[in-house]
Amino acid sequence: MPLSTQSQSEDVQDVLVANLDNARSLSNILKAITCKDHAIFTATANGLKVTVEDCKCMQANAFIQADIFQEFTLKDDIVVFQINLTVLLDCLNIFGGTPAAGVSTALRMCYRGYGYPLTLFLEEGGVVTVCKINTSEPEEPIDFEFSSSNVTNKVILLSESLKEAFSELDLTSEVLEITMSPSQPYFRLSTFGNSGNAHYDYSKDSDMMELFQCNRTQTNRYKMSLLKPSTKALAISCKVSVRTDSRGVLSLQYLVRNDDGQICFVEYFCCPDEEVEEG
Amino acid sequence: MKNVPCLLSSGVVTTISKLTKTCVLRLTPDNLFFILSGKVTNGGVGMWCELLQNNFFDEYQMEGVSSEFNQICLEVSPENLSRALRTVQCAKSVKIKLTKKHCACLTVAAELPTLSSASRVVTHDVPVEVIPRRLWQEFKEPVMPDFDVSIYLPPLKMLKNVVDRMKNLSNFLVIEANLNGEMNLKIQTDLVSVSTHFKDLGNPPWGPSQRGDPELLAEATVDIRKLQQFLVGQQVNPTKAMCNIVHQNVVHLILLHEDVSLQYFIPAVA
Repeated sequence: MPLSTQSQSEDVQDVLVANLDNARSLSNILKAITCKDHAIFTATANGLKVTVEDCKCMQANAFIQADIFQEFTLKDDIVVFQINLTVLLDCLNIFGGTPAAGVSTALRMCYRGYGYPLTLFLEEGGVVTVCKINTSEPEEPIDFEFSSSNVTNKVILLSESLKEAFSELDLTSEVLEITMSPSQPYFRLSTFGNSGNAHYDYSKDSDMMELFQCNRTQTNRYKMSLLKPSTKALAISCKVSVRTDSRGVLSLQYLVRNDDGQICFVEYFCCPDEEVEEG
Repeated sequence: MKNVPCLLSSGVVTTISKLTKTCVLRLTPDNLFFILSGKVTNGGVGMWCELLQNNFFDEYQMEGVSSEFNQICLEVSPENLSRALRTVQCAKSVKIKLTKKHCACLTVAAELPTLSSASRVVTHDVPVEVIPRRLWQEFKEPVMPDFDVSIYLPPLKMLKNVVDRMKNLSNFLVIEANLNGEMNLKIQTDLVSVSTHFKDLGNPPWGPSQRGDPELLAEATVDIRKLQQFLVGQQVNPTKAMCNIVHQNVVHLILLHEDVSLQYFIPAVA
């Protein structure tokens, strides 16, 4: 009851109002990008983009399209604020967050504007929780200047196959080396750990490979510690697109299907660790 | 003393082991009590758990110091006791005795089922300390506080979820309730304020239902960990779960199971 009555009168002043029947759709995808506490929320008519950065060389973005929400109202063209993501996740999962038959947590999210807290109304089984999470000055997110016109190599894989590879990766290795090439070995993941070197090769004709577009042989190394958080997104995704541009910047795009079969995206950008002589 | 697995299935000892490292086991001809008196050393938390002996044991014999003071008080570690009882879960029969070995012990002897005719007996000695009579007056049933509000608790599982999340965010929690069946849990920190509102919980027929405004909230701020400890052990939903609040003073939680009653006192912090 308070969900509908309380907010009606406040609506007038809110620059952002978003309703979701199942708060899990949001919390699941946000969980996939939690590697640092601070997250930048950017709301536009298209939907919500949540950005987390680590060490200025890795960036994770979660995109939740406007039509995932049952209501998504925006008063300004763009609304940006920064928030503590860990706190937000605890709030979204206040009723436990585990799926139970026929029970889901309804969410109404309101933001009044600069300087105001983000207000969440959560309801499950007649119990209402109101959370007011303080927002802070949004930092300018790094622009990786990753444009699709500049993409050198691109493969699309079923996540299943990459999950297998990531679960077997030697985590004692400081870096993960990714080789993409129009000729052998096509797509290779390599680690250099305490117990030796390991290579994981994908043939370009594999059933797991949905698209293979490699123009030039490219080998780049990425810090394992920066890539590790992306496995959370991998775990809930069904497809992943791996792209590199001419500078070696890595883009991982995960396609995530939520409980209701709707599609969201999680994207990672990662700078290469060091230059490797190209073959 | 055979029905011990029942003592386990109701999870009493396990529950208590989650609440405190040591407590007093008081034995009288009819009852067993697990007692924690609210001392400063344990953060002022108090516990009173009452079990009817004949619900748990086929045979029960005890003899106190005298017929006038027919009781035994022991200091036990519920954790050790629960571990001993857990390993005898599948036993055919269990005997618990107070024995004198190198020190006073509760000896748990279990006869385990075997395939052959030879029987197999497992014995656990749980060291205890016998408490002299002069200290007994501490272990009286706590008087029901003169509470401002008494209310039924929401489903404990949901309460636990909410308290668990709030614990991640804050160290202290405000619990407030009124005589209109409403209860709120609140936390407030620099980063976030969260309040969960339960309604239509109902108020037990006892207590101060006549006086005052039913909407008026009584509140107490408590250490979240204390409340969480209490909720951790509650796997089984009790027949009745209630909460009494003395405004800014104490939260008194009562769980009634068929054969066990548990009272828990959490003092309010300033």
